Amino acid sequence: MGKGFLNSGNDQSKGRELKFMSQKILHPNHQFMEQLEATGPFQAGACFQCRKCTNGCPVTFAMDLYPDEVIRMVIIGQRETVLRCRTIWVCAACETCTTRCPNEVKIAELMDSLKEMAIQEGVPSPQPQILALHETFLNNVKKRGRVFETTLLPTYMLQSGELRRKWKAGAWQYELTLGLQMFYKGRFSLFPKTIKGKKEVSTILSHHKQGKNPPQ
Amino acid sequence: MKVTYYPGCSLEGTAKDYAESIIGICSSLDIELEEVPDWNCCGATAAHSIDHRASIELAVRTLNLAAQMPYQDMLVPCPMCFNRLKTAAFVPEGDYKDRYDIKLEASLPKIWDLANFFATKEMLEVVAKHVQKPLVGLKVVCYYGCMANRPPEITEATDFEDPQSMDRIIQNLGGTAVPWPYKTDCCGASQVLSRPDIVSQLVGKLYDMAQRVGAQAIVVSCQMCQANLDMYQRKIGAEWGRRFSLPVYFFSELIGIAIDVKGVKKWLSRHITDPFSLLRGLDLMNRR
Repeated sequence: MGKGFLNSGNDQSKGRELKFMSQKILHPNHQFMEQLEATGPFQAGACFQCRKCTNGCPVTFAMDLYPDEVIRMVIIGQRETVLRCRTIWVCAACETCTTRCPNEVKIAELMDSLKEMAIQEGVPSPQPQILALHETFLNNVKKRGRVFETTLLPTYMLQSGELRRKWKAGAWQYELTLGLQMFYKGRFSLFPKTIKGKKEVSTILSHHKQGKNPPQ
Repeated sequence: MKVTYYPGCSLEGTAKDYAESIIGICSSLDIELEEVPDWNCCGATAAHSIDHRASIELAVRTLNLAAQMPYQDMLVPCPMCFNRLKTAAFVPEGDYKDRYDIKLEASLPKIWDLANFFATKEMLEVVAKHVQKPLVGLKVVCYYGCMANRPPEITEATDFEDPQSMDRIIQNLGGTAVPWPYKTDCCGASQVLSRPDIVSQLVGKLYDMAQRVGAQAIVVSCQMCQANLDMYQRKIGAEWGRRFSLPVYFFSELIGIAIDVKGVKKWLSRHITDPFSLLRGLDLMNRR
């Protein structure tokens, strides 16, 4: 794989720049789709490119590949391209695509499987904040069996570097005021609840492999 | 009437208003809520995004606890939890049945999305009998979001492109639910933390349309939607170069107002976007 084949990187402001594929199309790799389908099935092979998924998707403006393009790339085995693309991470999992697909392709579920595969294969996420939020959330659940939002939010802000970004951009005032308001309005509980089955929950969550690029 | 209740984590925290309003109206309507003992987090978006096995196993643990309770119905106010529990409930007949080592009890209660529960014919009748202050003059749009409806093979929703549960509830209370096209458009959910710019686009579009169809407020059944629409309204307005003032009520809060439950003010005081002026203007709340 050529370094920088996907030049979208971390820059969220840029539009669709992913114009080329990681492997030559003359050599489609059907094993990739088979490997993915084993975690599904998602019926990716049934896609006939009607683009209904893309037309109904609310977050295409933030994607580098459109949902139908991800499916196509999966079918022709463009492993690197899909595992590195921003689309699988900015997908909001709203399930509109899956709901509307005339061929019952489970598009949103496939996006999840691709994220999990990217993590397992050590592919860095082009959206480290999104990965950081998921991981902070699961680590938080692991501790007590339930999410404790009062520590979740600050932990995420610190670990993901979001606080520093907001500070630099001067965007922290609204968040700070909001945080204080929430506090005064009693929307942050002060005492977390720990469940009796905490161990069961932490065992369930301990199979998970942490993402490769730890947040800054 | 006694039911099993799975509140979910955010109702113990940032969505205390939702939790209190549900407890308030249920006690007025003689619905006894019994929490699933020792329930755990459903895993939410984080688990299904990066650890599918865990997302199923977490929900299965709670379902198995719920199966030991004697009641037929389980109420789930959070659409995210509802969606994850429903997904897990389909495991025995689905594609994952042999993949993970999961034993799901056979005697599961019926899993209800809370808004759908309150929109059944029986519940509408019960609530109608209790209405003391009809919501006359209140014009709202009902915003359903994603998880209570999609995908329909999991949620078993039949009107997933144009859901009606909250519209029925509001009409039943004497209010007006204005039809609008963005009932089930996504609010961006947890991306409010990781990609607030995306949420600004998605939610700004909702405000804009709600105003265009003449709504005075937005009604929701999801605490994630409520948070995104309520907490960031001023900020998103500024980013759109607009001023929106659309209170975002939980449908349960409006039921509470109409059937005159004690504590309504306390629930509403937890909101960020002013929920009071509109209600006072319509004489639905006294001016103290």
